[in-house]
Amino acid sequence: MLVRTRVNGEWREADVWPGASLLSMLRDDLGLLGTKNACEQGECGSCSAWLDGEVVCSCLVLAAQAEGREVRTVEDLADGDRLHPVQQAFLDAGAVQCGFCTPGMVVAATDLLERDPDPSDEAVREALSGNLCRCTGYQKIVDAVRLAASRAGGGA
Amino acid sequence: MIPAPFEYVRAESVDHAVALLGEHGEDAKLVAGGHSLLPLMRLRLARPSVLVDVDRLDDLAYVREAGDQIEIGATTRMAEVAASEVLATHNPLVAHAAGHVGDPQVRHRGTFGGSVAHGDPASDPPTVLLALDAQMVVRGPAGERTVAARDFFKGLFETDLGPQDVLTAVRVPKLSTGTGWSYQKFHRRAIDWAIVGVAAVVERSNGSVARAAIGLTNMGLMPMRAEGVEAALAGAAAEPGALAAAAGHAPEGTSPPSDTNGSAEYRRELSKVLVRRALEEALAR
Amino acid sequence: MAQTAERVVGTEVRRKEDPELITGQARYSDDLAAPGMLWMKLVLSPFAHARITSVDVSPALQVPGVVAAFGGRDLAGEWAGPLPTAWPVTDDLKNPPMYPLATDEVRFQGEGVAVVLAESRAAAEDGAEAVVAEYDPLPVVLDMEEALKDGADLVHADLGTNASYTWTLTNGDVDAVFATAPVVVKERYVVQRQIPAAMEPRALLAEYAPAMGEYTLTTSTQIPHIVRVVLAAFVLGIPESKLRVRAPNVGGGFGSKIRVSPEESLALVLARRTGRPVKWTGDRSSDVLTTHHARDQIQEIELAADEDGRIRGYRTRLIANMGAYLLLVGPGVPLLGAFLFCGPYGGEAYHFECTGVFTNTTPTDAYRGAGRPEATYAIERAIDALARRVGRDPVEIRRMNFLPESDGPIPSPGGLTVDSGHYNGTLDKALELVGYEELRAEQRARRERGDAKQIGIGFSTYIEMCGLAPSRVLGSLKYAAGGWDAARIRVLPTGKVTAFVGVSPHGQGHATTFSQILSDDLGIPVDDIEVVHGDTALAPLGMDTYGSRSLSVGGVAVHRAADRIVEKARKIAAHELEVSEDDLEYVRGRFSVKGAPDRARTIPEVAFSAWTAHNLPEGVEPELDASAVYDPENFVYPYGAHICAVEVDTETGQVDVLRYAAVDDVGTIINPQIVDGQVAGGVIQGIAEALFEEAVYDENGDLLTSSLTNYEVPAASDVPSIRIDKTVTPSTTNELGVKGVGETGTIASPPAVINAVVDALSHLGVTEMARPATPERVWRAIQQAKGGAA
Repeated sequence: MLVRTRVNGEWREADVWPGASLLSMLRDDLGLLGTKNACEQGECGSCSAWLDGEVVCSCLVLAAQAEGREVRTVEDLADGDRLHPVQQAFLDAGAVQCGFCTPGMVVAATDLLERDPDPSDEAVREALSGNLCRCTGYQKIVDAVRLAASRAGGGA
Repeated sequence: MIPAPFEYVRAESVDHAVALLGEHGEDAKLVAGGHSLLPLMRLRLARPSVLVDVDRLDDLAYVREAGDQIEIGATTRMAEVAASEVLATHNPLVAHAAGHVGDPQVRHRGTFGGSVAHGDPASDPPTVLLALDAQMVVRGPAGERTVAARDFFKGLFETDLGPQDVLTAVRVPKLSTGTGWSYQKFHRRAIDWAIVGVAAVVERSNGSVARAAIGLTNMGLMPMRAEGVEAALAGAAAEPGALAAAAGHAPEGTSPPSDTNGSAEYRRELSKVLVRRALEEALAR
Repeated sequence: MAQTAERVVGTEVRRKEDPELITGQARYSDDLAAPGMLWMKLVLSPFAHARITSVDVSPALQVPGVVAAFGGRDLAGEWAGPLPTAWPVTDDLKNPPMYPLATDEVRFQGEGVAVVLAESRAAAEDGAEAVVAEYDPLPVVLDMEEALKDGADLVHADLGTNASYTWTLTNGDVDAVFATAPVVVKERYVVQRQIPAAMEPRALLAEYAPAMGEYTLTTSTQIPHIVRVVLAAFVLGIPESKLRVRAPNVGGGFGSKIRVSPEESLALVLARRTGRPVKWTGDRSSDVLTTHHARDQIQEIELAADEDGRIRGYRTRLIANMGAYLLLVGPGVPLLGAFLFCGPYGGEAYHFECTGVFTNTTPTDAYRGAGRPEATYAIERAIDALARRVGRDPVEIRRMNFLPESDGPIPSPGGLTVDSGHYNGTLDKALELVGYEELRAEQRARRERGDAKQIGIGFSTYIEMCGLAPSRVLGSLKYAAGGWDAARIRVLPTGKVTAFVGVSPHGQGHATTFSQILSDDLGIPVDDIEVVHGDTALAPLGMDTYGSRSLSVGGVAVHRAADRIVEKARKIAAHELEVSEDDLEYVRGRFSVKGAPDRARTIPEVAFSAWTAHNLPEGVEPELDASAVYDPENFVYPYGAHICAVEVDTETGQVDVLRYAAVDDVGTIINPQIVDGQVAGGVIQGIAEALFEEAVYDENGDLLTSSLTNYEVPAASDVPSIRIDKTVTPSTTNELGVKGVGETGTIASPPAVINAVVDALSHLGVTEMARPATPERVWRAIQQAKGGAA
C-alpha cells in the first residue's frame, strides 16, 4: 500500500506492507536511518520521533497510521553543519557515548524543552523515562538538558 | 519481530468500524494507539487477519462535561486525559491515573478507550473506572448501549465488548467537594505496570467516612473492588486506627498473580499497605 | 615554543565522535545494506533441553519471498570445527562442541536449529515460523548445586558430569591460618544472572566475492581481529587473509559483543552458497536468549581474622554457571576475579577455587567487569560481616585492613603486584562527598522516631585489575591469545595525522582520547588527527576491546608509536638544520635549535620533507610513519571508595538510592569528561544489578524475563544522580600513568548498595540481603526479622 507522509517538511511516498511500522518506513524506504530500532516493542524509546507534533515510539505506529500526517525525525534538528541547541548541549555536556539511544533521547529532550523551558532534574528524568540508555547512566544527559535550558534563557 | 501478514482497513466513522468488524468476522481487531495490540502482534501472540484502524476517529477524541458526568471519548490520547482541565476540576483521579500510564511516548499514542477495551487487570484506567462506577458507551450492530464498569470487565483481557462492538466513550462522575481521591501505583520502575495499584474514592461526612469505593489493580484476572474494605469503612471514623483496620480487608476475594515482580502473598500484604495509604491520602485532600 | 597552543591531555576536549552520532548520521551494522542482499533469520529452540527428532524446512520454502532454508544437519559439512573457546582454563577442561546450528540435541532455550533466507525481513520471519521442528524434551538442569551432585541429570550426556572444570589458586599456608585464627566469618552469596542488554542488538552484513574468494563481514562486535582469526581458522576453514571483518559504529558492548557467533558463521557460509550478501539483525526478543548472559555465581567466602578484625586469610569457593556451552572466554571470566577476593586488603594466606558448571541455560560470558564485580561483591559484603562480628564500624574495619599506601608496586595476598594505591585518600574524600556524618545523624533520628522510611549507608572500597593483559600472564592462565596491542601513526605530507589502532570503540571515545595523546606528543591539533579502527583490512593486528584495555594498552601503543615518529623526525630535522640531534629541543611538534630558537622545524614540515625525500639523512627511509606494539608488563589497578545511602520503605520494601558518592583513582586522566561519563554509566549499571535486574528461568528452562518489560533495565527516573570525585596516583605499569575506568563503576557499586540496604535494616537484626534487592525481598527480610510470617 502507498503511504504518503510529510517527513521533515517534505512530502514522501513509500510502498509498504500493512504491517510496516513508521520506523521501518523511515529506515527501509525513506533512507532516514537516524531513528533506531533497539526493541521494536515500544519499551526503549530509541525509535522516538514526532508524529503531528507529539513524541511517539515510531515502532508502534503503523506506517499506514502516519498517512497524511507530519513526521519529524532527528534529521530535522541540525541545520546543515549547525547543531540544534539541544544537540550542541549534549555534545558539550559529554552526554553521548555509543550514540545508539542518542537520536531518540535528543528528540525527547527537545520536545520537553519546547513544552517546559526550565525543567527540574526530576522533570527531566520523568520526561526521559521512555528512553533507555545503557552507557551513560543518564547523568550527563540530564546535565545536557539543563544546559540547553539555561542557554535558552529558561534556566536559573 | 514482525507481525504475521494481515490486511489493513481504515474506519471513517464508528458505524463504519462496526460494519467493517461485521464484514471481516472474528479475526478482525480494532487498533487505535496500538500500544496494547501491536507488541502482541510483533511477538505473534496475536494474529488478527484484519486490523480496523480507528486511530483517526477524531470525533471520539474529547473530554467534556455532560451534566453531572464527564464524558471521555474513546480515542482521546492518555496524555490529553492527563492534561484535561475539565478533569482537573471535576475528577482529578482519572487525570492522575492517566498521567502515570507508561511513559510520555506511550501516553502520546495510547488511547483511553484502547486501554479500557484491552481489559488488562494490570492496567490503571480500568481500576479507576471501576472505583468510580463509570459507564462505558458501546456501539454495536444492534445500536448503542451503556455498560456499568462492574459489568464491563469480565475476565483476563475479557470485556463486555463483542467482536463487532466499538467502545465510543467512557462516562465518569464529577466528584463532589468533600470527596477525596487517591491512586497508589506501586512499581519498581517508573514505566512499569503496577505490581499492585489502588484507586480510592472517599466521601466524608462529619469526621467519618460516608462512603468509600476502592479499586484494585493487578489483584486478579480483572480490576476488582475491595468490598471488604468498603464495608468496613462505611460510617467508620476517619482516623488512622479505623483506616488501618479497614485496609486489612484488602486482599479478601482477590487472586493476585505470582510473577517475576512479586508473589501472590506479597501482593496481598502490599495491598493492605497501599489501601491504607490511599485512604490516608484521599482523606487528606 | 610548541606547535599547538596548549596541552590537551587532561582537558575536557569535546568528543570528535559526537556530531555524527548526535545527528543520526552515524552508521551502525543494521544501517548498512548491499544490493541483492538476503535477510537471514534463525529458528530457535523453544525448549531448554530436547532431542531434535526432525527439522522440516520445506514449508518455509513455500513462503513467498523465501529463497533458501537449512536445518542444522544440512549445513553440518560447512564447519571446519565448532565455535571454539579461547580460554581452556585447565588441561582437563570439558568443552563440549557448540556448532552454529544444533543437529541432534538442543541444550538451551534459544539454541538455533534452522536458518531461513528471504528477500525481505518479513518473509524471513514468516519463513522461520513455517519451519517445522519436532523435539523430544529431555530433563532440564537448572540448579548449579543440584547439577554437581552424583546422579544428576546431565546437560551433556557424553561428559558424564555437569562440571566443566575446577581451577584453584593458593598462596600461603591457608589451612594453618584458618585453623589458628580466633575469628572466622563464613558467608554465602549469590550473584544473580544478568542480561547485558546493550541498546544496539547484534547485527551484521556478510558478503562474498567469488572471483577472489574474499569474504567481508560487517558486524556489531567488540573483537574484529579475534572474530577474523577464529572464524577463518577454526570455524569456516578459510584462509585468514581472505576474511575482512569490520565493526562500524557499535551501539554498546559491555562484553556482550565479545563473541564469535552462530549468526556470523552462518551468514558467511550462506553468502558464499547463495552468491548474495546476507543481512541479519537480532531483534530484542531473540537477543535476550541468544546474546550471552552473565555473572551467575554461587559464592562461599571465609575470612580468617584476629579478634580485632585484622584479616589474615581468605578462602573462597565459587560455583560459576557456564550455561549450556563454553563460549569464547566464558570459563575464564571467574578467573579474572580469582585474585581479588581480598579486595584492597592485606593478609598472608589466600585460597580460591572455582568450578564451572553446565546448565540448560543461555551460555554466559563477559559482562562489564567480568569476574571482578563478583569478587568485589563477595569481599565487600564479607568484610561488613566481619565488622559486625568483631564489633567494628565498616569504615574502621576497612582502614585497618587496607594494603600499605604506595606510589609503586606492592604485593597483594591474592598474588598480584598492584601498581599503586592510596586507599585512605579515596575513602576520606568519599566520606566527605557523601556527607557521611549528616547521613548517620539522619539515620539515628529516623530510628528514634521509628519512621516507616529508614536510611542505610553502605561502603565499597575496591581495587580491580584491568588493562588486559601481560601476554605471558595470559599464557600462564591458559588463555589462547595474547594481551598486547598496536598502533601505527602516519603523518601525511600536509601534516595531518592518521592513527591506525588495534582497539575499537563502542562508545568509549577512543578517537578523542587517542587524538589528545597524539596532539600533545606531536603538536598536531586534535581536529587534524584521524583515528582509524575496527577494520581488519586497515587496522594493525590487535587484541580488540574489553577489560578496560583501550587506554592502558592501546593508548600506550599509540603514545610509543608517536615517540618513534618524533625520534625519526628529530633525525630529519637535525639533518635539515645542520645540527646534531642533541642540539635540538622538542616541544609539542616543534624542533628548535638550543640557543637559536628561531631555527626550527615542525612535524608537518618534516613530514613533507620525509615525503619528498629530497634530502634525507643517511639510513633514514622516506615517509614519517611509525608503529609500536605494546605488551604490558603488568595489569593496572584502579581503586576507589564508593558510598551509597538508601532509603527503605519498611512497609513495602521499596528501596531508593538517596545519595551515591564515587571517588576513584584511575591514574592519569586524559579526558575528565569521558572518564566521568564512564564512572556514571558504570555505577548506574551496577545499581541496576543490585536493585533491578535478574534473568529468571522457570522450572522448564523458559526464560521468564524475556523483554525489557520484565528484565528491568532502569530508566532515568529510576536512578539517582551520583557525586563523582577523583584522586590521581599514576600507574607504575606504563609511562602514561594511565589505568582504566570502563568497568570500575560496575565493579564497585553493587556491594555499596546492598550493604546500604542491610544497614538500613540492621536495627531490626537483618544481616542478609539477596540481589537484586527487590521490594519483595526487602519486605520479606523485614518480616522475618520481626518474627512475622514470611
